[in-house]
Amino acid sequence: MNTLFVIAGVGVLALVAEIVNLKRWLTIFVMLGLAGALAFLPLYTDHSPSAPVFNRMMLFDGPAVVFTWLIVIISVFWLWMSAGYLRQGGHQTDKTSLVVFVILGAVIMAAFNNMAMLFLGLEILSLSLYTLAGSKKDSLSSIEAAFKYFLMGSFATGFLLFGIALIYGAAHSFDLGTIFGYITQNPETLPGYFYAGVLLMMVGLAFKISAVPFHFWAPDVYEGSPTAITSLMATVVKIAAIAAFWRIFGLAFSFASAGYVKVIYGLVILTLFIPNITAIYQTKAKRMLAYSSVAHVGYILLGFLSAVQQGYVNPLFVIFYLAAYSISSLAAFSVLMKVEENGGSFAGLYYRNPMLAVTMVIALMSMAGIPPMAGFAAKYFVFIIALSAQHPFLVLFAVAMSLVSVYYYFRIIITMFDKNAAVEPITVPWSARIFHMVMLALMLALGLFPSIAPLARIMTF
Amino acid sequence: MFLTVFLILFPMFMFLLLVGMRHRNPKWLALAGAVVEFGVSVYMWIKFIPEGDRQFAVKIPWVNSIGMSFNVGIDGISLPLVLLTTTLIPLIILSSSDKNFNRPALFYGLVLLMQSALIGVFTSFDILLFYIFWELALIPIYLICLIWGSEKEGKVTIKFFIYTLAGSLVMLVGIIFVYMSSQPGITQPGFSLNTFYELGRHLDPQAQGWVFWALFLAFAIKMPVFPFHTWQPETYTQAPTQGTMLLSGIMLKMGIYGVIRWLIPVVPAGVAQWGNVALILSVIGIVYASCIALVQKNMKTLVAYSSIAHVGLISAGVFTGSIIGIQGAMIQMFSHGLVVFGLFYVIDIIQHKAGSAEFKDLGGIRNVAPKFTTAFLIIMLGSVALPLTSGFIGEFLLINSLVQYQVWIGAIAGLTIILGAVYMLVAFQKAMSGEAQPHLAAFQDLSLGEKAVLYPLVVLIILIGVFPAPLMSMSEPAVTALVNSLFDLTSYIRP
Repeated sequence: MNTLFVIAGVGVLALVAEIVNLKRWLTIFVMLGLAGALAFLPLYTDHSPSAPVFNRMMLFDGPAVVFTWLIVIISVFWLWMSAGYLRQGGHQTDKTSLVVFVILGAVIMAAFNNMAMLFLGLEILSLSLYTLAGSKKDSLSSIEAAFKYFLMGSFATGFLLFGIALIYGAAHSFDLGTIFGYITQNPETLPGYFYAGVLLMMVGLAFKISAVPFHFWAPDVYEGSPTAITSLMATVVKIAAIAAFWRIFGLAFSFASAGYVKVIYGLVILTLFIPNITAIYQTKAKRMLAYSSVAHVGYILLGFLSAVQQGYVNPLFVIFYLAAYSISSLAAFSVLMKVEENGGSFAGLYYRNPMLAVTMVIALMSMAGIPPMAGFAAKYFVFIIALSAQHPFLVLFAVAMSLVSVYYYFRIIITMFDKNAAVEPITVPWSARIFHMVMLALMLALGLFPSIAPLARIMTF
Repeated sequence: MFLTVFLILFPMFMFLLLVGMRHRNPKWLALAGAVVEFGVSVYMWIKFIPEGDRQFAVKIPWVNSIGMSFNVGIDGISLPLVLLTTTLIPLIILSSSDKNFNRPALFYGLVLLMQSALIGVFTSFDILLFYIFWELALIPIYLICLIWGSEKEGKVTIKFFIYTLAGSLVMLVGIIFVYMSSQPGITQPGFSLNTFYELGRHLDPQAQGWVFWALFLAFAIKMPVFPFHTWQPETYTQAPTQGTMLLSGIMLKMGIYGVIRWLIPVVPAGVAQWGNVALILSVIGIVYASCIALVQKNMKTLVAYSSIAHVGLISAGVFTGSIIGIQGAMIQMFSHGLVVFGLFYVIDIIQHKAGSAEFKDLGGIRNVAPKFTTAFLIIMLGSVALPLTSGFIGEFLLINSLVQYQVWIGAIAGLTIILGAVYMLVAFQKAMSGEAQPHLAAFQDLSLGEKAVLYPLVVLIILIGVFPAPLMSMSEPAVTALVNSLFDLTSYIRP
């Protein structure tokens, strides 16, 4: 709860840093502030039930706390990685504070207890992102990305709001607990417009998590935005959107899940199939990573679908997948940024800077799900719960698709080892070097010691 | 006893040492590491009691939430393959002594990482751990092929990688399926060897059939068995020689080992239903690959195809499910590892000194390089399984088991000896005898480094041929126990 105040405070302070000329230390200050915000999160070591706060607007229950941890930690890594982007091109304080507001919106999306807060969090996050996507003002594609994102995002928000309105009509409340109670009391007599509301909300949120067929904005926006912002969208924003998705469909509506699991089933198949196939035909690494980011939503939704039960959907495996995927993505995008600064071609990268190439290899292998990297453990958990939930067909399909993904990931790897390419070396500053080391260590550590028991303990609320 | 853990972790440590430090002479550092590894494995062999169960065993809980543990050890089925690995890796490093690789530290580091993963595969008593090492072995060999292979390597290695990964992922689904099948009160979920055997054997026969195919696909691609072999010849040809040696000498044994260790004991009923199909595929592979080998114009592709034929025979013997079949496979795996390594090395020397491994460019090397010719001859005879060479015992046992299984299958499989003799002898003749071609006059005989590799190898090939008892007694009790445990359990497996 106080976490929100701290993050918002950091955002405001970042804005005024321009006046007091603190730009030099701004990024580090923000990183420390975010890390400090974590200290205000409840820990539930005493297994006391969590209570809603702010007039039942927010609820920091176990999963919300874990989602918040993940969002903040990934954000801190992101700030470390993107310090260069924030510093260059002017408007450092504006960009930094917008990023902090993205994080604030993300935390609200992970812990809302009221539909109004969902909308608020989503809009805080999205409005900041629209601006950030267009922050490379001299680039036409950046502006195009911002505009496209804005149009598509507003459209999706419209769907979401309409859905919320219909559900309010049925349940007479925006409060998640009340809606939950309403569904459990009238499981047989839910009106048709309630289901229409559920479906509209699913469309709205599917836009946000970029599930196929609502993903069309993603490749263009990812490609046009500055790479640092792309990586923010692919990690922090994705975690927040999935967290919101889970809070709505895994928690509040879970007793009505029979009504929408088939829709998710369809989303899983489409989201596994289309981006994986499309990614093969991409010639730009950034666009390929965008499609791969969409494809990973397929595995996440598969994990979600398999965890669906009456009453509660356990987000444990979804969270683990998000963590593994976000760290691999950060590593890959960080290398991509360095490559873009030095000509933009991956050809012969290994001979230009072996460390960058090795980081990229490990990151791509992790995303492809090859042991002993983090991505393997994540996919493994998803497959195991999918099989236990009697989805053998989906598992085989997901396996086939992750094979397809190996093809496009490994094309980059092959390019990096091209002996005939230019060999002017790339120098990487020491902070980026340490960042890559940390990412490598995390990818291996999550893969080698994927024990999710501690996570599960925090989640019992 | 933590020696098994040492065997797995020491090469990994050497890999980090080589990659992390700027050592002046990575080749010799890697060689020293490989020799230490060899010494430890020989010590373990001396201490090993063949009649005993799993030895040097270590079991450390790892991922408790899914019942996975770091469960390693050595028994009669692992030990020959561990010894093969630790013997071949120093030889492989030594065989590159005349070469100057670009970025040698990484190259030798990856070879040692490969060794670590291979020993992990051969010593894991937990199927998930086995799977992780199985995949881990793929990464160094992939990078070796990619970075130091020929120009066309990119396309070829991705085919190789996707092919083998496809098999592995299907295997993973099979493993998870068996894991999920536990019924409360009857079986416990878990991945460690005995638990997993129990789980698999409690499946109904139809489910066992599915699991059989899931696992078999992975192993068949790795070996490779016809018709999953299409990645193999071009990968062998395009890879750097040391990569080919790793692939053919050790890595393909992972597939056969997997069949013996996991496939047959986990799903005996599945093997009873479908084992004959696998066996017939293997026999088809023997004849098919031998016939293709007959018409090859390049020595490297010829040996690549001959490797498919030999592996086909081994896998056919394993799928008879009899003691002599599996025992023959154990010995033939060791022998084939040595021989195929020798053959690829000989070809590498020819390629290096004559500038080509095409038959049309070769001939009459015997006149200028007698020592080299003798070494080649002995390795070649080991390959065609002449009595008193290492190849004989294994092939004899394998064909014997096939004849007992079904006479006509044995007869067809026996063709491998005849066809093998034909193509190997023809190859030898084309390359070595006849008039010396003018450009080969400068072909130098063995250098010191080459002698250091070929002489021990030749001695080993003859020694095993003359005196195979130590090798046989190593695995015999374990193989007998394995086959008998299946008999006790079920009458599914035919004698």
